[in-house]
This record gives sequence, C-alpha cells and structure tokens, in this order.
Amino acid sequence: MYRIVDKRELAEKITLFVLDAPLVAANARPGQFVVIRVDEQGERIPLTIASTEGGKITIVVQEVGKTTAHLRSKEIGDALADVAGPLGTPAHIEKVGTVVCVAGGVGTAIIYPEAKAFKEAGNKVITLMGARNKSLLFFTDELAQVSDQIMYATDDGSFGHHGFVTDLLQQLIDEGTTIDQVVAIGPIPMMRATCNLTKKYGIKTVVSLNPVMVDGTGMCGACRVTVGGETKFCCTDGPEFDGHQVDFEELAARNCQYVDKERLSYTMYQEKRGCGGRCHG
Amino acid sequence: MRRTVSRIKKRIDMPSQAPAERVGNFQEVALGYGPEDAVAEASRCIHCPKQPCVAGCPVEIDIPAFLKLIAEEKFGEAAAKIKEKNSLPAICGRVCPQENQCEGVCTLGKRGEAIAIGALERFAADWERLNVPDQQVQEPAKQEGKVAVVGSGPAGLTVAAELARMGYEVTVFEALHVPGGVLSYGIPEFRLPKEIVRHEIEYVQSLGVKLLTNVVIGRTITVDQLFDEGYDAIFIGAGAGLPHFLNIPGENLNGVFSANEFLTRVNLMKAYEFPVYDTPVKLGKKVIVVGAGNTAMDAARNALRLGSEVTIVYRRSRQEMPARLAEIHHAEEEGIEFRLLTNPTRIIGENGWVKAMECIRMELGEPDESGRRRPVPVSGSEFVLECDSVIIAVGQSPNPILTKSLPGLEMTKWGTVVVDPETMETSIPGIFAGGDIISGGTTVIEAMGDGKKAARGISAYLQKKARV
Ligand SMILES: Cc1cc2nc3c(=O)[nH]c(=O)nc-3n(C[C@H](O)[C@H](O)[C@H](O)COP(=O)(O)OP(=O)(O)OC[C@H]3O[C@@H](n4cnc5c(N)ncnc54)[C@H](O)[C@@H]3O)c2cc1C
Ligand SMILES: Cc1cc2nc3c(=O)[nH]c(=O)nc-3n(C[C@H](O)[C@H](O)[C@H](O)COP(=O)(O)OP(=O)(O)OC[C@H]3O[C@@H](n4cnc5c(N)ncnc54)[C@H](O)[C@@H]3O)c2cc1C
Ligand code: SF4
Ligand code: SF4
Ligand code: FES
Repeated sequence: MYRIVDKRELAEKITLFVLDAPLVAANARPGQFVVIRVDEQGERIPLTIASTEGGKITIVVQEVGKTTAHLRSKEIGDALADVAGPLGTPAHIEKVGTVVCVAGGVGTAIIYPEAKAFKEAGNKVITLMGARNKSLLFFTDELAQVSDQIMYATDDGSFGHHGFVTDLLQQLIDEGTTIDQVVAIGPIPMMRATCNLTKKYGIKTVVSLNPVMVDGTGMCGACRVTVGGETKFCCTDGPEFDGHQVDFEELAARNCQYVDKERLSYTMYQEKRGCGGRCHG
Repeated sequence: MRRTVSRIKKRIDMPSQAPAERVGNFQEVALGYGPEDAVAEASRCIHCPKQPCVAGCPVEIDIPAFLKLIAEEKFGEAAAKIKEKNSLPAICGRVCPQENQCEGVCTLGKRGEAIAIGALERFAADWERLNVPDQQVQEPAKQEGKVAVVGSGPAGLTVAAELARMGYEVTVFEALHVPGGVLSYGIPEFRLPKEIVRHEIEYVQSLGVKLLTNVVIGRTITVDQLFDEGYDAIFIGAGAGLPHFLNIPGENLNGVFSANEFLTRVNLMKAYEFPVYDTPVKLGKKVIVVGAGNTAMDAARNALRLGSEVTIVYRRSRQEMPARLAEIHHAEEEGIEFRLLTNPTRIIGENGWVKAMECIRMELGEPDESGRRRPVPVSGSEFVLECDSVIIAVGQSPNPILTKSLPGLEMTKWGTVVVDPETMETSIPGIFAGGDIISGGTTVIEAMGDGKKAARGISAYLQKKARV
C-alpha cells in the first residue's frame, strides 16, 4: 500500500500529493514517472515524479478525467492500490550554458525537477511559465528559486505577459540572448509551437511527450510515437525526445482514441458523486 | 458408481460451452471432467512399460502414477503426486499444447486416441482446489542462501517454488501490479480463469516464497543493488514482452493495437467490464488479427466476445499455424474467418482511423531455417480488406529494460539471453535465466522446465558458494 502523507491544492483542479513509496524514491531521477492505480478497478495512469525526499515522492495531478478526479478525491491517510516506478529514461542533464525551460499548465510540475537539475549542473536557467489564467499558475516560488530569470504569460493577461509563452521565447531570441537548449513541457499545441519557433533558429529543443500508456514498461506499444520517422515507445525510449523530430499531429490524433469512453467514465463518476462536477474544482 | 470401461480406443470428451453460447460471454469454454468421466478416462491407461508420456512432459510428471490414483478415485493423492513435479497443475492442464508433448507420445495414440492427460491433470488440480481448501505444506530444512527472482511468469514461479521447497529464502519481483506474467495479462479468462491463476500463485506463496509487485528490476531496483542487499543469486524470468510490429505504413493509425496492448486491456485491466473497471478498449465492427499463434487466437476470440466480426490474416498455410490445435478448432467453431497465405502490405486510414488493410497473396516456396516452407508474395495480387481495427500478433522479443542495465550479459542477435543449457547460468556468475527470455517465446511448460533446471543450477551454485 502506498499511503498519502500530504496533500495540497496548488491551483484550479491541480493537486499535489506526497506518497510513501520508498523503493521508487530511492532510484528516481529527473524526467522519470510512476504508473499508479487508485484502486482495484482503476486504470493505470502515468504521472511524473516532481520531487523525492526520504522515502517519499511528490506528484502533481491535474484533473482531466475520471482517474485524475478520483485521485484528487483521496485524502491524507488514504492509500493508492499501486505505484510503480521510476519509469522512463531519465532526462539528459549536463552543463550546456543557458537552458530555457518553457512550461505550460501541469507541465510546470514536470519541468520543475529538470530545471532544478540543470541549475545544479551549473547552467543558467531561464524559466518561461504559461497558463490560461493566473489561478492556474503554481510552483512559481519553487521555479523562481532554481531559475536565474523567470517570466510569466497568461492567455487572458491576468498575470505577466498577455499572450503565449512562445511570445516570451521570441522576445528572448530577439533580445539576442544566447540559448543553448530549450526544454518544453506542456500541452501538445504549446510544445509544437515552441518547436516550430526554435527550429527556425536552430536551437536544440527537448520535449516530454504524454501519449496514452497502459503498462509503462515497454510491453504493449500503446505509447508509440513517431520520432524522426521511426516508431518509438515513449515509456521506455522517452518520455523525452528531440522536439524537432516529433510527429505532433500523430500524437494529438492518438491521444483522442478513447475520448468518448473517457467522457462516459468521467460523467458517470461525477454523477455518482452527486455533484455534476460542480463541487470538486 | 464406476463405469466398467474396457481398453476402448476413444477418449471421453470433455464437455464445453456450445459455440453460439460462449461467444456471448467470457466464461471458461472447456468445462472439465466430472469425477465419473475422469475415472473412466484415467482407467484407459494401459500402463505401458516404457511410459513415453513421462519423457514427453518437460517437468517429468509421473503420469501413469497419477492416472492410477484417479482411476482409484484417490483424487487428492493424484493432485499431490502431480505437485511433486509441477506447482501449477490447474494451469498446465488447461494451456499445455499436450498434442506435442505428453499426449503426443502416448502409446495409446498409435492405434487410437491418446489419454487426455492434460484434462485429467486439470481435473485433479480443480478437485483439490474445491475440496481441500487448506493444503498443508511441510516446512523444509533451511538452507543457506537468498535468491531474487525477476518476473512472476511460469518460469519465475517455478524457480521460486522449487528453491523454497529446498529451503532457500526466495523473493519474486514483478513489474506489473498482478503476478503471473502471460498467465495473467495474455491468456484470456475464457481459457484460463484468473481465479485459478491466483489460487496456484497463492500455493507457491504458501511454500514460503515472498512476492513483491510493482517492482521493475533495472529501474526500481538494479541488479547490482540486489547483490548489495545480500541476494546470493538472481534468476531472470522476465519473459518476451516486447511486441513486434510489421513495419508497414499506417501502423500508428488509431485502431491499430499490438496483441499485447489489446490483451492487457481486456484480460489484466478487465476492459470487458468497462465502465465498472476504468480501462476502456475500443474495437470496430470488423477486426483483422494478423498472425496465427496462440496470441493471435486469443486476441481474435477476445475480439469476437466484444461483439466484432473477426478475420485472421496469416502469411503461411494451415499446417504452419503455431497455435495449440484446440484453440484453432475453437476459433473456427466460433466463426472466426481465416485468410491464409495472405500478408498485409499497408494499413489504410481515414481521418486518423483505420479503414482498410491492403494485403498480398502468398505462395509457399523452399523451406527456411525453421524448416517451414517460406512464404513468397505473388506479385500483382494485392487486394483490400475492409476493417476498422487491426490487432498485430506477429511475435515478440525480450524487453530490453533489464538486459540493457547489465552490460556484461551475453545476448544473441535476437535479443535473447545466452545460458548454459545444463545449469541455466548466464555469462555473469550468479545470474541465471530461463523461460521466454532465453527462447524468445515457447510454452508455459517449457518455461517451467527451464525454471526447474535453473533451481537445480542455483542450488548447486549456492552450495558451492557456501563451501568457500
Ligand atoms: C510520461 C507521462 C507523464 C505525465 N505526467 C503527468 C503529471 O505529472 N501530472 C498530470 O496531471 N498528468 C500527467 N500526465 C498525463 C496523465 O497521465 C493523464 O492526464 C491521465 O492519464 C488522464 O487520466 P484520466 O482518467 O483522468 O483522464 P481521461 O478521461 O482518461 O483522459 C483525458 C486525456 O488524458 C490522456 N490519457 C488518458 N488515459 C491515459 C493514460 N492511461 N496514460 C496517459 N494519458 C492518458 C488522453 O490524452 C486523454 O484524452 C502524464 C502523462 C505521461 C504519458
Ligand atoms: C497471448 C498468449 C497466449 C499463450 N498461450 C499459450 C498456451 O496456450 N500454452 C502455452 O503453453 N503457452 C502459451 N503462451 C506462451 C507462454 O505464455 C509463455 O511461453 C510463458 O508465459 C513464458 O513464461 P516466462 O515466465 O518466461 O515469461 P512471462 O509469462 O512473460 O512472465 C514474465 C514476467 O516478468 C515480468 N517482468 C519483465 N521485466 C521485468 C523486470 N524488469 N522486473 C520485474 N518483472 C519483470 C513481466 O511483467 C511478466 O510478468 C502464450 C503466450 C501469449 C502471449
Ligand atoms: S504439465 Fe503439460 S506436458 Fe506435462 S503432463 Fe501436464 S499437460 Fe502434459
Ligand atoms: S504412454 Fe499413455 S498408455 Fe503409456 S503410461 Fe503414458 S498415458 Fe499410459
Ligand atoms: S505504455 Fe505499454 S509500451 Fe509504453
């Protein structure tokens, strides 16, 4: 059993959990994830390890459907049926000079351990954080602490730049900032837009992909993505890839495979909780 | 009660669910003998002096002895006799390709029908499960030595059971949340009920084996760390879980699965009970399964039960189909269409989803390395089959997560692990391996046979280690 030892609401529908998972914590490295199951009827879903401390791991989860909603309903003292990991190839961290971390939405939690590791490896770290509005921003203090410079963008202008994170990246490039590497993690359209921009300037860009997974150990191929014209299994070959080589269109299409069933499952869950989805948000 | 049976040539049929009925449910197809039929069938054994059946069984069950006990209605004793050699009898009785093993060499098979050894093994194990709820296990004398087993498929479970019986301390580490390997995620409920897998695994645990799920060796714990933690030997039974694809255009379209993904969703995650279980599976009306091994038959028959029309596409002919005979018959009875000597060339999509598959006809040429006649395409014979889902079941190879983390390990060019065929030791002292990870994929009982050999190899290694 994997006990929840801490829980904190970070932003709208975004919750942080600290889990007791000593075996996972012992070997986890930045860029790796766990596969969890909430209970015996539950689906296996991947979540990034945001940090580790002692025998504990921190995960940050954004509610987008049934499983993430069910997970968010769990309280301190409850336990999850399964937590397996660390999975995936660790992020490649080395001293390259200046690294720009572009984070969108829940990608902020995924990028945090990497920004920290890049900083510790002696890089200059510039973080660009984007979200739909101010209430969705989180980890701002944590990221500010590991960044030499940090900038914000919101789609509605409620905080920082009014527009997309890619505008901020363009601004950095226009100002003549030397950028040795970009790490972009967030929604597919954001990663794609970032890659389109950096490709023009020949800036190496790493992205972290989020296809649907089942086992997370390389056994099913559900997570296959096309990178540089080759099929890769995201859970073992990734989740990080050279963003300029990724077929984002295919990824976006594959992630829609189960929309109808996912909706059904989410709606049934909300109805069972008798709140039509209004009360837990 | 006992029917008087002379040495009749015909075996007693095992009752099964009628095809029309069973395609509508996920319950077991073959229903098993009742006691009367079992006694009658077991009584057919002529106890021929050479007992070729025993050598035909990779774990050398004393078949004539257990048949005699069944014939004498000593069902519990029959089960105990089997378990001297095989810790997973209810499983093997159901899934062994008996026609190539024990039953294939049975003397009676020469002039009539071989004894239904598998069905009787199943009967004895099932009888014990239902009638002797608490099996007593004798505590063996403790031996010096701690062994880690990677993977809880038939190979891993067998090594663990054998070593525990010898008195060693054994821990099995399993990557998934459920133990059993292919028995749990691959072979469907209607062929091997998961309740039975669970029960036989509990039996292995009752021998003193510790089992930890959600541990991926090579990631959660490395092999070096296992040695550091005081394990004296390691057995790798990680199977061959990496699915092959065809490498043809269109394979990443929505609606194309590896058989592993499809079977895992359905068997392990219980997608057929969605939305009670959270994991969905989505199949169209017309499903094409590519391949003709056990995996392909299982995928096809699962798809049928989810309400689809199913066609199997296979590039060789009927004779070369590698699946168990019984499964091919069952698939045919259930109405699965077979397109033999047919090979996919590309998958055609529309709006990101599968719409059809282009295939080419094949003919058989000269024999290849495997001794089977090599299929060659008939040029210009391409044609299109409509479909909205495709399941690829064309084989698998060992998952590289673990082996990649062991740079010194000698591997073949197929990615399988090289072992000493007697001791099952790999090129790294103290690390042993068996099952699909050394063969690339065979059978449950072959994997168990490897496990047995490895247990002897490991024991010899530990004895030697204790002496120095
Ligand atoms: C390597 C990796 C790391 C991730 N890290 C995080 C994280 O740190 N925090 C976070 O909030 N989310 C993370 N995700 C995404 C998270 O796994 C999905 O949001 C979650 O699975 C959705 O499940 P659901 O039942 O709530 O929603 P659903 O209603 O099932 O699905 C909503 C959408 O989520 C995606 N999804 C569905 N099932 C899966 C699945 N089994 N595996 C992956 N994606 C799926 C699909 O795109 C789907 O359209 C990560 C994904 C990957 C692949
Ligand atoms: C669909 C299907 C149907 C089949 N039907 C039959 C049949 O009817 N009859 C028959 O005799 N044979 C059948 N087979 C073949 C048979 O199942 C296999 O030969 C047998 O299961 C191999 O056993 P194994 O112990 O080597 O590996 P597996 O059963 O594959 O078990 C390996 C286990 O190791 C785990 N693992 C892998 N890597 C790690 C790691 N790094 N750390 C921890 N754990 C790990 C896996 O999760 C898995 O549970 C079938 C196979 C399939 C796929
Ligand atoms: S384990 Fe398999 S091969 Fe051995 S006797 Fe039983 S059915 Fe036959
Ligand atoms: S070979 Fe057949 S007849 Fe001979 S002992 Fe074995 S089961 Fe009996
Ligand atoms: S999730 Fe199954 S192979 Fe990656």
